[in-house]
Amino acid sequence: MKKLILMALIAMMATYSQAQKVGFKIKGSDTVLPLTQKEAEVYMKKNPNTSIMVTGGGSGVGISALQSGTTDIAQSSRSLKMDEKMKLNDAGKAFKETIIAYDALAIIVNPANKVSKLTREQLEGIFTGKITNWKEVGGDDNKIVVYSRETSSGTYDFVKEHVMNKKNYATSALLMPATGAIVQSVSQTKGAIGYVGLAYIEKTVKAIEVSYDKGKTYVAPSIANAKNKTYPITRPLYYYYLTSTEKTISPYVKFILSAEGQKIVLDEGYVPLN
Amino acid sequence: MKKFRKIFEKFIEGVLFSSSTITSLTVILIIVFLFREGIGLFQSSPLEKNFVITVSKQNPVQELDATQVKAIFNQDITNWSKVGGANDSIILFTTSDIATYYTEEEIGANFEFLPKKLNDFIVSHPGAIMYVSGKSLPPGFNGHKIKVKDITVSNFIFGKQWYPTSDPIPSFGIWPMIIGTLMVTLGALLFAIPLGIATAIFMAEVADIRIRNILKPVVELLSGIPSVVFGFFGLIVIVPLIQQMFHLIVGETVLAGSLVLGIMALPTIITITEDSLRTTPQALKEASLALGATRWQTLVRVVIPYAKSGISTAIILGIGRAIGETMAVLMVTGNASNIPHSFLVPTRTIPATIAAELGEAPYGGLHFKALFALGIVLFLFTIIINFTVEFIKNSKQRT
Repeated sequence: MKKLILMALIAMMATYSQAQKVGFKIKGSDTVLPLTQKEAEVYMKKNPNTSIMVTGGGSGVGISALQSGTTDIAQSSRSLKMDEKMKLNDAGKAFKETIIAYDALAIIVNPANKVSKLTREQLEGIFTGKITNWKEVGGDDNKIVVYSRETSSGTYDFVKEHVMNKKNYATSALLMPATGAIVQSVSQTKGAIGYVGLAYIEKTVKAIEVSYDKGKTYVAPSIANAKNKTYPITRPLYYYYLTSTEKTISPYVKFILSAEGQKIVLDEGYVPLN
Repeated sequence: MKKFRKIFEKFIEGVLFSSSTITSLTVILIIVFLFREGIGLFQSSPLEKNFVITVSKQNPVQELDATQVKAIFNQDITNWSKVGGANDSIILFTTSDIATYYTEEEIGANFEFLPKKLNDFIVSHPGAIMYVSGKSLPPGFNGHKIKVKDITVSNFIFGKQWYPTSDPIPSFGIWPMIIGTLMVTLGALLFAIPLGIATAIFMAEVADIRIRNILKPVVELLSGIPSVVFGFFGLIVIVPLIQQMFHLIVGETVLAGSLVLGIMALPTIITITEDSLRTTPQALKEASLALGATRWQTLVRVVIPYAKSGISTAIILGIGRAIGETMAVLMVTGNASNIPHSFLVPTRTIPATIAAELGEAPYGGLHFKALFALGIVLFLFTIIINFTVEFIKNSKQRT
């Protein structure tokens, strides 16, 4: 009985101290998710009075949650669309944008594929379904199989805008539910091509060098090349938050931008800011 | 005392009645909700709410259908003469292009100069087609709206393209998914029903008690494995296997989906069939054996006919499991939305689409409604299957 009372007391104290804590929620992009989780984990260890809840769902989900007030920070792998800005503006909500890191997208193929470099125009042709055989881009006579993320992914939109010149994907493109699934499928399919974040590259797939100047220079995806901005398929990763909650959030954002926070960025396979 | 018991019995009766009412009400509410959200897709404009497509006043084009608009924004059509206009090249302009033409200062922090800029743009670019918010157009705007035809039930069901997030016009054609769902389910059943019933017969009638005691828990364990695990197993094991066996370019195929679903439907089919086989009264079996029938004859002529309704239930529930499964199929069928012409090509199913996209679809938007409309289609499938099996069962019992 004594034990029971003691336990109840401890439980009560625990809930009491929890009530004292500062807490906020981060929601959005699955690309940023692993990074935010790690950052939040380290931050919470250093500041035991802060509790951060991190969830994924996609960039669009995070931004609409910010609009409806169900999250404090929206993490996003793309910048706000004009109509999203207009919606926030209409609701009278002033917001702040912070770039926390960069992410480079690598185009990957099966290691058995002879092709090791492609231009943006060739990539556009492949992803829109106009080029269907590897021999058209200097490879073996083998059909091309396009692996893409699902339509809900921010990466899907990013590739459509920055690689495919806003054209639609081929209907024959295989839409995979996760980045890991793309790596797995590309590694076991000879004619496959797909795109993944730099952090996901493994030995079982081959990353392609790309050219955005019609074949003059080809650049391999690497953290170094993304950092000096020579690798073209790079995108910033954003945090969006309302100015009304800035006070509670800014210590955490400052932590990410600090040298320690940026080291975590590098360790997790993303590209640090400087 | 007697009175007390009477009140108590009345009370129990009331509890039972209200629980059944609550259950039926829940089912009805879910169906009403499904239809309310899904029906809204039809007879509405395919454009996002408040958004318009507009061209210069000088442009003679008044109306475009959805495929034309899509072809224009996909840069397949680049000249107005192809859609009944003058011989002039088409300049695309969407809200995301504002930043490439004008700086943020020119637009103003609260977009106060945007309407004027849009008007300037259309005046200086007579060949432009603009996709912008209707609210941001100024009064006396130097252009006219293009009419776009509404979404109809027939181009939803028979449409062949699924680009739910495409700007400015999404396409919601689910024909490839209907065919895909039916083929994956059919394949799963072709494999799971014979295998499941055979296993059930073996367990109920042939196997001795020791083997059965091992087999039964194993089968039940199979039904407890989460579907994501099946999906992952399918992606790592079944997909490469199919790829090598048939020398295919891609292993993510209808067949892979069918095999994974078949394995998942097996425990349901086996457990229910076996239970119903075991409910055959011992007296019936003994009578049959006493009349000189062999074990095989007893099984086919006595036990199986007796357990027929249980076996049909097993099949219906098996179909239910297969047709509505999301996660496992999502991982192994490749989700390419083209119409499968054989079992060895990638496909996309209705449940997988709903599972993959509902999280991101903005609440109340067209994409959201389209996913609910997909739910209605799936619901109608299940109803049709249930009624068909019920009908077959009843007609056989009469003869």
